[in-house]
Amino acid sequence: MTTTLTRSDPQEAALRETTDAPTDEPAIRVRGLVKSFGEVRALDGVDLEVPRGAVLALLGPNGAGKTTAVRVLTTLLEPDAGTVRVAGLDVVGDARALRERIGLAGQYAAIDENLTGLDNLIMVGRLYGMRRAAARERGLELLADFELTDAAKRPAKTYSGGMRRRLDLAAALVAKPPLLFLDEPTTGLDPRSRLALWETIESLAAQGTTVLLTTQYLDEADRLADQIAVIDRGAVIARGTSDELKDRLGGERLEVRLADTTAAPTAERALAPMSDEPPTAHDGTVSLTVRGRDGTIVEAVRRLDEAGVGVLDLGLRRPTLDDVFLSLTGHVAEAADDEETTA
Amino acid sequence: MRRLATDTLVISERNLGRLRTAPDLLIAFTVQPVMFVLLFAYVFGGAIQTPGYNYIDFLIPGIIVQNIAFGGFVTALGLNEDVSKGLIDRFRTLPMARAAVLAGRTLADVVTNLLSLLILLATALIIGFSFDAGIGEIVAGIGLMVLFGYAFSWVFALLGLMVSSPESANSLGFLAVFPLTFISSAFVPVESMPGALQWFAEINPFTIVVDAMRALWLDAPAGDAIWGAVVWSLVIMAIFAPLAVRRYRHAAAR
Repeated sequence: MTTTLTRSDPQEAALRETTDAPTDEPAIRVRGLVKSFGEVRALDGVDLEVPRGAVLALLGPNGAGKTTAVRVLTTLLEPDAGTVRVAGLDVVGDARALRERIGLAGQYAAIDENLTGLDNLIMVGRLYGMRRAAARERGLELLADFELTDAAKRPAKTYSGGMRRRLDLAAALVAKPPLLFLDEPTTGLDPRSRLALWETIESLAAQGTTVLLTTQYLDEADRLADQIAVIDRGAVIARGTSDELKDRLGGERLEVRLADTTAAPTAERALAPMSDEPPTAHDGTVSLTVRGRDGTIVEAVRRLDEAGVGVLDLGLRRPTLDDVFLSLTGHVAEAADDEETTA
Repeated sequence: MRRLATDTLVISERNLGRLRTAPDLLIAFTVQPVMFVLLFAYVFGGAIQTPGYNYIDFLIPGIIVQNIAFGGFVTALGLNEDVSKGLIDRFRTLPMARAAVLAGRTLADVVTNLLSLLILLATALIIGFSFDAGIGEIVAGIGLMVLFGYAFSWVFALLGLMVSSPESANSLGFLAVFPLTFISSAFVPVESMPGALQWFAEINPFTIVVDAMRALWLDAPAGDAIWGAVVWSLVIMAIFAPLAVRRYRHAAAR
């Protein structure tokens, strides 16, 4: 994907200066955000802060409240309690002005399948108040950026999944918003489209766009985000850079792949004295956080041998965000299967 | 206010642009009503006695009213799709006039209604329909149809926002509108129906609207039908437009 999503026009840059957040506020500031649906507290006191130009990943399993948070931040839902300011504007009081400054690309490509790719972008441009000619020009520019020029005149319903996502993202960028919200941007995409979309997001971030993205993929958060907020059951349970979160787990991870899955309990018992926390077993792999590095592997082999446990593979590695997630929430990120409670 | 007007036009244009890429819809607007006219005129025509008129003259105002009532169907289907596919969310994150989504939809119906009305009239004239009216009354009849069709667009807007899928909008719409149009003076004289149906047909707003059209186009005795038809259209709009708007706000805020 090309990286010419330029915003070099000086006049426009000047305009952006004046229409951006009126104060030195961060791009997003959320305090004590609560949102309930009937009995369900989808968001239960969320605090977030995203500096301008940063990329924040809201990481959590399905049903954690990620989508609800994005819907509140993009004025689609009104919060029940708390203050939510985006681009220095209040999501309730200044909703209209706020909408001039944000772009949203959702989990489901929100495009009109019966219109051509170009007509979709022209429509969005005109609804931003652009004249038809300007909207058309901007549409063509975006189609070129997203390698959709050849498909510009085709109805969007003939597009592949990856093309729809690209068109959806292009629609979110029509007004060159300084703030971009991406709700699970790569869910359901094939690996190639996923990588291409990552590169696009990186290039937007490099040009100074503030990005808030939600994801349940740890590798996505790891790659794209400056800051990660881990959200579970409607609350932010940890935040920091990817490295900071990994450091919180302390130490290295020892992973032992067992020859016989049923030997997991024996292996856990044998290795338990090496860690401050009880080892965990998952799919025939026992893992634990170990204190030191020296002699760890030798000790582990000796202990397992004494316990009569057969080992296929054994190694030390730095903790991944998976480990962080597991230790924070007590469940594996991708294994969460309850549906996002709302929309 | 100017924003509302331009945004409404953009949305209307979008809904009409859909006709270009979805030929099945265009067929629904053009071929289907013509088919109905031909079937009624030639299958039932010989069997139905319409004292004072030949059947084609009697039929055309009735079938036009029925057709116009169904014109809002696209609104039901389109709104339903917009909600389920998340397009409403996109609209709601844009700095556009909120009311434009529904206003643009219903305005697009006016255009498609006019289109199918003209096609129906052309068909009618070809198979021998003749006006007994001056140009003013002909135009007034078209105006009444536009108004009545617009009122019904709001009924369908509400329907489209309430049901879970386009298919159920389709079947529910037929279930509601078909009996209403058939138990009226649209296709047969009310006097030919059994007692209970006759009672219903006489108070049925469709009868009043059809009678108004016959008064305008065939010089039939009008009574209060013309004003009645206008009042009914306004009442339908006054009830269903606020309901649809409320439902839209609710559907969008999930």
